[in-house]
Amino acid sequence: MIRIQHEDFDPGAEQQALEAEASGLGAVCTFTGLVRNHGDRQDVEGLFLEHYPGMTERALEAVVADAFGRWDLLSCRIIHRVGLLQLGERIVFVGVASAHRQDAFAACEFVMDALKVSAPFWKKELSAEGDHWVTQKDGDRDRAQRWSPKIDAGTP
Amino acid sequence: MIRILFFAGLRERLHTAELELPADHIATAGDIITDLSQRGPAWAEAFSGGAPVMVAINQTMARPASKVVDGDEVAFFPPVTGG
Repeated sequence: MIRIQHEDFDPGAEQQALEAEASGLGAVCTFTGLVRNHGDRQDVEGLFLEHYPGMTERALEAVVADAFGRWDLLSCRIIHRVGLLQLGERIVFVGVASAHRQDAFAACEFVMDALKVSAPFWKKELSAEGDHWVTQKDGDRDRAQRWSPKIDAGTP
Repeated sequence: MIRILFFAGLRERLHTAELELPADHIATAGDIITDLSQRGPAWAEAFSGGAPVMVAINQTMARPASKVVDGDEVAFFPPVTGG
């Protein structure tokens, strides 16, 4: 299940939904990403998140399909917010359900790593110094490239 | 016609979210880049290779050498930064 939305989400409710929708369940691993007060710039006051309607959903579906091919998973949900977000607000949720913890841990991390380099979202940091489009980090590309087989993130 | 979309910092730099190009003389995404680069200094700069630009054709990641046909949707954007 993939949702792109402006409104906040409830990680507890999403966890319960993951528990309810799979039988044979033994493990649920979830990740929630938040807006922090420093990024490319100091004193970040908030974020603006843009996406490419249509392609973003397709890219996330491809990430989920890729994860199901790599591990023994029962269910996966991704929620990503767009629009204006204040400090401390939730940005992204990834939840993975599996029979075993190893698959759930690995797949949850993989989905975030792949999302960060292949799903068309762009963050703009808002601060008193001015607004700034965040640049993609080598560290994020390196993390994504650790996975074998490789994640296809496109080339400039 | 080919529908061209721009996102994020690229959209702001070009003051353009979307435009259409006739499909004649366009065989690849690279041909579109060549055409766009001739639209003025901001366009030439944006596609000079100084800052990386990604291209997607019909909502799938592509490359400058990828084929484009009449009716396609071609998007240009900076490397993604979600999550």
